Amino acid sequence: MSIAQITIDGKTITMPAGSTILEAAKKLHVDIPTLCYLNLEHLKVNNQLATCRVCVVEVEGRRNLAPACATPIVDKMVVKTNTIRVMNARKTVMELFLSDHPKDCLVCQKSGECELQELSTKFGLRGSPYDGGAMSTYRKDFSESIIRDMDKCVMCRRCETMCNDVQTCNVLSGVNRGFNAVVAPAFEMNLSDSSCTYCGQCVAVCPVGALAEKDHTWSVIEALADPDKVVVVQTAPAVRAALGEDLGLEAGTLVTGKMVSALRSLGFDYVFDTDFAADLTIMEEGSEFLDRLTRFLAGDQSVKLPIMTSCCPAWVKFFEHQFPDLLDVPSTAKSPQQMFGALAKTYFADKLGIPREKMVVVSIMPCLAKKYEAARPEFSVDGNRDVDVVLSTRELARLVKSSNIDFVSLPDGDFDRPLGESTGAAVIFGATGGVLEAAVRTAFELATQKTLPKLDFTQLRGMEGIRVAKIPVGDLVLNVGIAHELGNARKLLDLVREGKEQFHAIEIMSCPGGCIGGGGQPYHHGDEAILEKRTKAIYREDVNKPLRKSHENPYILDLYENYLGKPLGEKAHHLLHTHYFKRKTP
Amino acid sequence: MEAVKKQYRIATRNCGFIDPESIEAYIQVRGYEALAEAVTNKKPADVWFLAVNSGLRGRGGGGFPTGLKWEITARNQADQKYVVCNADEGDPGAFMDRAVLEGDPHSIVEAMALCGYAIGATFGTVYIRAEYPLAIKRLQMAINDAREAGVLGKQIFGSSFDFDIELKYGAGAFVCGEETALIHSMEGERGEPTTKPPFPAESGYWGKPTAINNVETFANIAPILLNGAQWFAGIGTEKSKGTKVFALAGKVKNVGLIEVPMGITLQEIIFEIGGGILGGKKFKAVQTGGPSGGALTEKDLDTPIDYDNLIAKGSMMGSGGMIVMDEDDCMVSVAKFFLDFTMDETCGKCTPCRIGSKRLYEMLDKITQGKGSAEDLSRLKLLSAAIKDTALCGLGQTMPNPILSTMSVFADEYAAHINQKKCPAGVCTALLEYVVVAGKCVGCTACARACPVSCISGKVKEVHHIEQNSCIKCGACIERCKFGAIIKQ
Repeated sequence: MSIAQITIDGKTITMPAGSTILEAAKKLHVDIPTLCYLNLEHLKVNNQLATCRVCVVEVEGRRNLAPACATPIVDKMVVKTNTIRVMNARKTVMELFLSDHPKDCLVCQKSGECELQELSTKFGLRGSPYDGGAMSTYRKDFSESIIRDMDKCVMCRRCETMCNDVQTCNVLSGVNRGFNAVVAPAFEMNLSDSSCTYCGQCVAVCPVGALAEKDHTWSVIEALADPDKVVVVQTAPAVRAALGEDLGLEAGTLVTGKMVSALRSLGFDYVFDTDFAADLTIMEEGSEFLDRLTRFLAGDQSVKLPIMTSCCPAWVKFFEHQFPDLLDVPSTAKSPQQMFGALAKTYFADKLGIPREKMVVVSIMPCLAKKYEAARPEFSVDGNRDVDVVLSTRELARLVKSSNIDFVSLPDGDFDRPLGESTGAAVIFGATGGVLEAAVRTAFELATQKTLPKLDFTQLRGMEGIRVAKIPVGDLVLNVGIAHELGNARKLLDLVREGKEQFHAIEIMSCPGGCIGGGGQPYHHGDEAILEKRTKAIYREDVNKPLRKSHENPYILDLYENYLGKPLGEKAHHLLHTHYFKRKTP
Repeated sequence: MEAVKKQYRIATRNCGFIDPESIEAYIQVRGYEALAEAVTNKKPADVWFLAVNSGLRGRGGGGFPTGLKWEITARNQADQKYVVCNADEGDPGAFMDRAVLEGDPHSIVEAMALCGYAIGATFGTVYIRAEYPLAIKRLQMAINDAREAGVLGKQIFGSSFDFDIELKYGAGAFVCGEETALIHSMEGERGEPTTKPPFPAESGYWGKPTAINNVETFANIAPILLNGAQWFAGIGTEKSKGTKVFALAGKVKNVGLIEVPMGITLQEIIFEIGGGILGGKKFKAVQTGGPSGGALTEKDLDTPIDYDNLIAKGSMMGSGGMIVMDEDDCMVSVAKFFLDFTMDETCGKCTPCRIGSKRLYEMLDKITQGKGSAEDLSRLKLLSAAIKDTALCGLGQTMPNPILSTMSVFADEYAAHINQKKCPAGVCTALLEYVVVAGKCVGCTACARACPVSCISGKVKEVHHIEQNSCIKCGACIERCKFGAIIKQ
């Protein structure tokens, strides 16, 4: 590999040729500010469009200033990052931004998390000489999950990179010209009319308040205050690995117990766990898989393999739009969130002796698509939704803060029974590869009637976008595929559609790293290490659980015995399975 | 005759002389001879070597050496390379590319094939603006006829060289003349530039090495191959060889396209070829380089025109627009006019261009409204410098040129707008007053009757008076007055 020597602010380093000035500067601890730049190296998420011009630096021998993020170094390059020329240029760019940005930080959802605000603070800006000029304005767009407030758009194009390059949904792109340029769906339609999957990765990377989740915290506060309602809450596996970040704790801190205590202090009548439903998902999806596999091996031509997971709502909407010919391939099992909702409003409501209308089911999710999923019409009975309100991890953190709860000092609490008991297999649903690993743990033991010698299937873990593994189950070797990010899912699906690769089972998660990198999680601000810490926390929780296989969850066994019957049985089918729809891609 | 004498036609050699819709007519003027000779008797490197030695520089605006561009593209190894002809002519007032495409389309077809041979490309695309229907028709006809005649397609002139050309239509975005934006537009993406490097010569159309040249540049190629590099290099100045087509416009007697040797002076262009200023008015300035250029004045009249001299004067060659202005033109308004254009045409990708153009325009507008301050002047300079330094592409980097150049050459005019709230050229409406000259007014009442807001008072046969606060400066009174008794000042 050829190398190049570069000097930045008097400090010299040798880098591989083709590295950027910014990368060299990072190595030299020269802190060049950036705004549009985003690079999650291991996840191959790269926004290097050099649109914001905040990172410009002076390069000896070059006529104009160079964007550090996108300028490759050449040997003997001499760069200065803090000359008056650079500082003036950077200040001017920032002042231009401020002159075309609403100053409503007091009420902006992104306040405190806004990267433009952070830069403005860093440079001590107290206003812009260009204030008072025209402001570019755009209509707001509200969907069930995402709010677009493009008056705040800084045209960094990170959302486009996520939507097009990473997720291949191709919903967002630059429209209009010049001062009126903005990122929008084609023909400036609403997100809700587009093939948006609501994965929320655009929100996850938006540096400002242009893209944000639809906030439902007040609906929860109202429900909790209503004495006539029984308010039940479920928490998704990935939430406990990230919630602490927004409440004063280090990334990677597991806050399961504190979260339960906080929810109880907030006044929820029952604090349950989506993990319970995840164990149930394994029972249903695993049984469906074994059923399909058995019939397939017996030569039944009507059976479709591979089976694909269906717990990720963005993934479900994605294949409904993009692969309408493969609707019979994914498992018909509902997602854990919806299984929980369906059970809470039947099984548990019956236990309490209350009608479903008296119960409010709230879920805490790392996800924005879950808001959309809960609103899908097939998940309600006579207009009463199985899951009434979905809060993202970020919204729960806000709710905790606004309720005067000192989260860090909370004691650990325990989930309520019966819908709060779960195994380690359920927890790992939160990381890419986890669902498949959980399924394999159960499928192996159910199919072979033997005990697994080792529960950690490390070949299924990791951050590689597409992972393929062969798992011996008895006499059979299962060929499984795992993809996270929808672009990788598309690649895997294309292989399946073209018949180039035969899989028995495929797990798909829409977000980078799985749910731990979900669109509703605390903002990672481009720090990939945060996602890795969350993943580690998830697997730590798994190891710490006394039970680590879904089919050993005693409350699941009890549920089947006393209520559902058997997996894939009539009642289970009615409550825990769903169907998919062909959706147009405009 | 002066208009003809000083001209030297290479790029436009056939325009108006041959039937552009006839390949035979082109062949009769040695058409396709250069291509035949090259593919049968020359090595590809000989062709780009000739281009290098001719000293030809890109006529689209930047002035990058054409031969060097071809050499780099030729040296880059790839399974596929492309030739692209930039026919997205968009500078206000410039139409030389259109003239060549409509008047001599085969010269472009031949030159693109020559370029393909030189760099090792088998495919060329012309990105042509859809607003040029006749150019499209004739170019398409030329391509079809060339295919039929065997000068395009497989095994051209019996050699092993294959080359074909297709057209792609631009939708009228000025920024798509920028080569990376043009390539994105051709690929079906949003027409906006990307940061360079990589240059198209390394990674262009579909990520392959691409030689992209402007129409006028291509129009020079066949003559260079026929007459030799030395012949071409013998015309022009030390660093700018050959001729340049200018679109002479504005307040000169003879307007239109002219092709002149590099090194000619403005004096010769404006006063000899152009026949001087219309109506005996005084020459004030000439804007070269369109919205990316600057204003040159009387003191620059004897400067030989070439790429480097124009840049040294704070302007640029651009695509060859040349707008002549007289004493009636307000330079602040001229700068504002060009900013209005670039503000409209910026793609909005980078911050300085997207927001900066708006702010520059707003400040200029303020000044022409008589609301400008000294602070605005220094702010204009500061912002202009920052935009030049930080904008992503050539459009943004040159956008402040009209402001910086007029501010430096006509500082007193800016000062008059700001300090005295006067527009010396009498253009900025907000700063004008319509007044009655007492000695000339006969009291006919015609003006008062014409005034749409009834702000003119006065009895019959008495001197009239215009109420300034109500006057909307429409000019109706001046038009009606037969005695020249109303003036604007």
